[in-house]
This record gives sequence, structure tokens and C-alpha cells, in this order.
Amino acid sequence: MRVTKNPDKRKLPTVVAVVKWSKENLFSSTLNTIASLTIIFLILKGLGPLFKWLFVDSVWEGTATTCRSSSGACLVFLKEKFVFILFGFYPRELLWRPIVSLILFIGMLWWSKEPRRWSKRLLWRWVKLLALIALLLKGGLLGFESVDTQKIGGLPLTLILAFFGMIFSYPLGIILALARSGNLFILRNLAICYIELVRGVPMISLLFMASVLFPLFAPEGLVLPKLLRAQVAIIIFMSAYMAEVVRAGLSSIPKGQYEAADALGFSYWQKMRLVILPQALKAVIPPTVNTAIGMFKDTSLVVIIALSDLLMTTKTSLKEPKWLGFSTEAYLFVACIYFIFCFSMSCYSRRLEKEFSSRRKG
Amino acid sequence: MITISEMNKWYGDFHVLKDINLEVGEGEKIVICGPSGSGKSTLIRCLNRLEVHQNGLIAIGGIELDDNTKNLQRVRRDVGMVFQDFNLFPHLTILENLTLAPQWVKGEPKAVSEEQAMKILKRVAIADQAYKFPSLLSGGQQQRVAIARALCMNPKVMLFDEPTSALDPEMVKEVLEVMVSLAEEGMTMLCVTHEMGFAKQVADRIVFMDEGRIVEEAGPEEFFSNPKSERSKEFLAQILH
Repeated sequence: MRVTKNPDKRKLPTVVAVVKWSKENLFSSTLNTIASLTIIFLILKGLGPLFKWLFVDSVWEGTATTCRSSSGACLVFLKEKFVFILFGFYPRELLWRPIVSLILFIGMLWWSKEPRRWSKRLLWRWVKLLALIALLLKGGLLGFESVDTQKIGGLPLTLILAFFGMIFSYPLGIILALARSGNLFILRNLAICYIELVRGVPMISLLFMASVLFPLFAPEGLVLPKLLRAQVAIIIFMSAYMAEVVRAGLSSIPKGQYEAADALGFSYWQKMRLVILPQALKAVIPPTVNTAIGMFKDTSLVVIIALSDLLMTTKTSLKEPKWLGFSTEAYLFVACIYFIFCFSMSCYSRRLEKEFSSRRKG
Repeated sequence: MITISEMNKWYGDFHVLKDINLEVGEGEKIVICGPSGSGKSTLIRCLNRLEVHQNGLIAIGGIELDDNTKNLQRVRRDVGMVFQDFNLFPHLTILENLTLAPQWVKGEPKAVSEEQAMKILKRVAIADQAYKFPSLLSGGQQQRVAIARALCMNPKVMLFDEPTSALDPEMVKEVLEVMVSLAEEGMTMLCVTHEMGFAKQVADRIVFMDEGRIVEEAGPEEFFSNPKSERSKEFLAQILH
């Protein structure tokens, strides 16, 4: 990469540039050459069969029987099942509704990624958009046919669980972290109990509690949809982890910053909001996103309480006798979807970090 | 303006400040000096309750410092503090550093606070850096911004906790000049410092501390030419060579 920074070298013809780049980066020393060659060899050896399986021997047209007679990937299966994997049991004739929701949601995420657009107005737009998406997915109002929440599945469900999990657990985590690092005895100990208890149990058990135990103890007549209960369990779980991330950020801020803010007469909340949190939260962007990515994937655990998220729809599509045994194709496909989202998050976090640190340097 | 009487402070079992009595009138300039570990920084930090004293009384402008946060915030508004390590807010520009407290603590409109901030920045001769971030400034410039930040609250008292100790030698002068001009305008000042030249020039009184006690309190002339206690003689001998 360093090569491109040098203006002389940028003018070189591509082939020469590639050779020069490889010489400098791959074969600069004996050890480097050995390492490069070994790794290139291993990659080719590993990727070769995968390439053959996926592109050369693969079956694009035909039926399950054609697939079985071939040694390649069965893309027929994906062609037939990808709508089900993405959208689960959502009524086929209403499929445009989750599709439009998905496009709106991702479009809005894309629009919101610029920090300069962050404002109260953007927040309002989000509220409006989410209301619209809720209307589209659930229906039952304004002439939209109602759809049972149990039928919402696949990618929209995974995104709902992850998105609301993140936007609720982040502020909750901040409050917990503040309570834990504050000096109010009761609040501090409550926060410690909460964090340690929640971190001490696996998320699966929280999901079970939400789906099995909650209805047993809930007041009579109170029936919450399973989706909502799972969502609450995810928020509870994630906020404990977020709290610890934020707490690390809080303790990374030098004592002098707290004292300077105190000396100027700020109240506790002003001090936190204006001086400490802006610095602390920026400092922990990488672990925050790390937690968020972990949570995004952990939403797949709702499989065990029979919500049909992305992973569940994949599994279900494999249960059809006709398609038994094509799990490699299915899981590779769903892995790609998870990867796209997680990798975007990770790229975005790097961009945010860069942007904030360059801003500070003026 | 400031009254301290029979004030004591402990860190655990360690008795840092012992029976402190001090009166500071309006417009007075006090320089607090003494060997390191004598409790001078702790004393000055007690004055806006960054450190909490255990018994005795501290009152500023007639308000006693105790657990009452309302009173404390009122006192802190009127008491500016300058730290050894500047403690500017690194995520804000110089101008934002200066206007943050006036806007949020005093509720001043943005335009008013910015106008005043620019005026004060001109006074400390760094108006041209207003839109930069603190990390781009030299130590001396940062400390002058820190003084300006405190001045933006229109304080009645300024506390300086070794304001030049973290600076490179060539930057000490520019900071001291600002402090001298502030003194000349009649600001009430308490200053912990080793700059004896500054003490001679501006101090109305010098308070010499050792092992948590005020050992001697005298006008600069008397203190430098005719120190009474053995400890102050030793200290002066060491510091003035």
C-alpha cells in the first residue's frame, strides 16, 4: 500500500508496478519469500477444490436429482429456497412488504452513516421509518392485512432483534456503567448485581426464561408475543456487556478531566454528558462494535425458542426430504449474509474511529 | 472573601493538613509555597472541594463548603481553577472549551459566550487558535487557554495549582505574564508555585507550608529578606541557591 503514496511509482505501468510491489512486500527477504510461497501454495490448494465445487461442477439448472448425480454445489437448491431462507413463513402474496421494509431500513442505515447528519431530525426520521416498517411487517391498520408476528422470520427477524437489541442496550449499558462507577451505594451495588448476574448466565437460559418462565409468572391476561419476550431477553443480556465496555471507557478518562469539569461548576449530568461520555464512548468504539457483532450473531440463539430467524429458516429449508443433505450450500449462503452485515459493521467502526481522531487533529 | 479556620484533613491515617487558619481579603494575592509533600496543593484543592476536608470550616464569599451540592456549585462558579496539567477538554476546540461552562452552567446564549470568549482569548494572545483542538497547541498556549477558560466564568477568585510546573522552561514566562496582568487588574488570587520571582512581584502575602502546617505567613519583602522560622530559611536557601 505504501507504494501508491509515492508519486513517482504511481506512474509505472501496471505489470511493472505489480512486480515491484511483490518484490517489496512478498519477497523482500528469504524468510518472507518462504512464508509467502508456502501460504500462496496452501491457499491455492485449499481454494482450488472450493472454486471447482462452486463454479465448475456446480448445478444451476434442474432438480434435486440432477444435483445428487453431480459432485458440485447445488445452486438449484438455493434458487428454490432463498426466498424462504430470507423471509421465512411470511405469506407469499404479501412478500413485497418485508422486501420494501428491508430496502427502506438498509437505505436509512446507509443515509445515517455520516456523523455530520446526526441530529434530532434524523432521530425523528428514524422513529417515523420504524413505525412505517412495523406497519408494513405487522399490518392490521390502514387497510394493510394483518400478519401474525410468528410469521415474521428470516432476515427481517434477525435484523429486528439485532437492531433493537443494540439501540436499547447501548443507552441502558451507559446508565448501568455510570451507576457502577458512581458513588451512590445502592445504585452501584444494584448495577454490579445486575451486570454480574446477567453475565454469569448463558444467553440461552435467558431466552428460555423469557419464553417458558415469563408466561408462568406474568399476571393473568398479560400475553406478550414471543418475539417481544425474546427481544427483551436480548436487550437485558446485551446491556450487561455494553455496560462493561462503557465502564472501561469511563475509567480510561484521566482524573483531571473530571476535576476540570467539577471546578467549572458543571453538575454531575452535565459533566458526564458534555465532557466525559463524548470522550469515553469514542475511546471504546472498537470493543463496542465487537460486542455488537457478537450480539448480531447471538440473535441466532432464538432458534431454540422456535422463532424463525435467519438460521432457523435455513435449518427448516433443509428438513424437506427432497433437499436433505444440501446443508453445505445452505450454511455457506447464510454465512455469507451474516458476514456481509458483520463485516460492514467492522468497516464502519474503523471509519468512525478514523473520522473522530482526524477531527481532533483539526 | 475566603475564610479557613481550624481546618484538618486526613488521607486515611495520614494527617495532610493540620489546623489551617487563613483569611484572604478581596483583591489579595496569596502565594503558597513550601517543599513537596507539604500539603499546599491539597490546601488549594480543598477550596473548591476537589478534596474534602474532615473538620474545621472553609467559607468562600460567605458560603460554607459542606455536603450541600447547591452551595458547592454556586461556589465553584465563582472560583476559577488552573491545574498543573491544564486539563483542557481534548474533544472540543479552544473556543468550545471556553464557552462550554458559560453556556451550560450559566445559561448564556451562544453568541454572548462566544463574544466574551474571543475577547478573553485576545487578552491571553491566542485568539488566532480559537478553532483548533488543544492537542495542536504548545504547553504554554494550553495553559493560557486554561486560564482563559476559567476567566470566562467571571470568577471572583482564581486558584492556581502549580500552573508552570509542567511547562518547558521557555514557556513559563508567557504564562506568568498572563498571571501578572491578572493580578494587576485586582483579581483575588491564590497560587501554589515555585516561581519566587513571581511571588516577589505580585504577592501581598506569602504562606509557607511544611508538613501540613502553615509555618509562616508574611509579606514578600519580609519573607525573602528576613524569614522567621528555621524551615523557611532552609527552604529559601535551597530554592534561591
